Amino acid sequence: MRNVWTICRKELGSYFVSPVAYILLMMFGLIFGFFFWNELGYFVMYGLQSQMRGSMMPMNVNEQVIRPLLQNVSVVGLFFIPLITMRLFAEEKRTGTIELLATSPVRDQEVIIGKWLAAMALYSCLLLFTAVNFAFLFKYGNPDWKPLAIGYLGLLLQAGALLAIGTFISTLTKNQIIAGAVTFGVCLLLWVLGWVSGYESATWAQVLSYISVITHFESFGRGVLDSKDAVYYATVIFLGLFFTARSMESLRWRS
Amino acid sequence: MISVRELTKKYARTTAVDQISFDVTKGQIVGFLGPNGAGKTTTMRMLTCFLPPSSGTATVAGFDVLEQSLEVRKRIGYLPETPPLYPEMATADYLKFVGKLKGLSGAELAKRVDYVCQRCAISDVTKKLLGRLSKGYRQRVGLAQAIIHNPDVLILDEPTAGLDPKQINETRELIRGLAGDHTIILSTHILPEVEQTCEQVIIINKGKLVATDSVRNLQARARGAESVVVEVAGRHGSVEPAAVEEKLARVSGVSRVSCKQQVDSHAVFEVESEKGRLVRGDLARAVVESGWDLNELRPAAMSLEEIFLQLTQAETPAEKAASQGAQS
Repeated sequence: MRNVWTICRKELGSYFVSPVAYILLMMFGLIFGFFFWNELGYFVMYGLQSQMRGSMMPMNVNEQVIRPLLQNVSVVGLFFIPLITMRLFAEEKRTGTIELLATSPVRDQEVIIGKWLAAMALYSCLLLFTAVNFAFLFKYGNPDWKPLAIGYLGLLLQAGALLAIGTFISTLTKNQIIAGAVTFGVCLLLWVLGWVSGYESATWAQVLSYISVITHFESFGRGVLDSKDAVYYATVIFLGLFFTARSMESLRWRS
Repeated sequence: MISVRELTKKYARTTAVDQISFDVTKGQIVGFLGPNGAGKTTTMRMLTCFLPPSSGTATVAGFDVLEQSLEVRKRIGYLPETPPLYPEMATADYLKFVGKLKGLSGAELAKRVDYVCQRCAISDVTKKLLGRLSKGYRQRVGLAQAIIHNPDVLILDEPTAGLDPKQINETRELIRGLAGDHTIILSTHILPEVEQTCEQVIIINKGKLVATDSVRNLQARARGAESVVVEVAGRHGSVEPAAVEEKLARVSGVSRVSCKQQVDSHAVFEVESEKGRLVRGDLARAVVESGWDLNELRPAAMSLEEIFLQLTQAETPAEKAASQGAQS
């Protein structure tokens, strides 16, 4: 456990010493800020329209602002995850520092979990950045915080699953760009797989749509904690880290 | 301290290390010698638990590298060919990180970091980023991380590669200084390095063990016969080399005499004798009794360079046939 913490702190340090973390934070803040402003714009317009028509349609900040916002973040996350994970192992393999980790009295699992936790921590920092926007929402509006919290839990779980996959892919190559590109491709695929359920209802389509990470976020986005979806994310996290461990092991036998 | 038995590493098509066996006792400095691609790095990686062996066993401090890998890793300090440095970290932070990985903590960690910084002469760069350090400093930080947890065994893969002559000397000095407390294996393809730093040599070539012995024994062993260098000067000016040669050749036990160098006033000969015959006394007498001066008489030591070439280039008849068969 101590080793996990040591590795995690070192990784997090590497993110924040280099410009990587700051660029990611800035870009994410910008994009999220734009989405926030956009959703709010629609909300205000909708409010004005319903006033003018005189109909008192119920307005709900949670349903009309927070939910689409969280859905957007869950998609935007797909683009940021490869940037977070691509260097985790690829860089160590390229510079040879992997030899230090592999010959220190540290278990492979500890290294992997440490690195994955550091990636999670950085992603959490990105999410934390959005708190600024939500602070305004809470100041001037009156949203319910519970669905928001569950939405954030969903975002974290989803990121955990994709980060685990990205960590695995990073062990396969020495080249950060390749690791990043493949991770991005896989993330994108895992998103669009869900679309088949729109026109096809055969078993294979249902399986594909089940595999898709985004479909599992829907209930979280609505503020509903569905154990089925939580189990899906936990499984993907476990599998991703498991394959990472196997990959590290095969690295020793092959190299 | 280290015991290797029939250690073998096979890759898909090639055998990198083929049934190597050797022992290293506590406190020794052992030179691991071989041409590039001989299997030095592979052997070291197996000893440090980075690579698992295909067959055979290796134990470090009584622990098996495959079965008790974590115990072995606690007792080993390893400097790979390129020092494993994170360019974005500062020297002191890096050493702290490695120390923690090796199981140090608290006051002890701080003490060890100070100690290795002093020992490896890197105290003046503790705040600098590793990516900004010069090659010599990087190598020394690499050494510092290898000894941070005061390991029983130090494994250094070409510790002086790529350094300038001054840095090479400093590094060798440093390694020699570490010998008392640690058992050291260092690999190199530079022969004087072994002659200067090591007590014991292990020579491998094409994955096979060629020789393992002390530096001195190896030098003696490479020569089947003993050889002596004799410098003779004429009493009054010039000396006739042919006459001296004839005289020396007549001494009993001498098998071959050759003139190495000749100046007007003196000449240097190399005299080979049959093994086990002590001819130096007779040689001296022969020279002096013939009315010449004996300027110098010393046993000729063969440089490790010659031994190495002799050992690694000797092809067995079977190999020769195979390589010829491949060509035709």
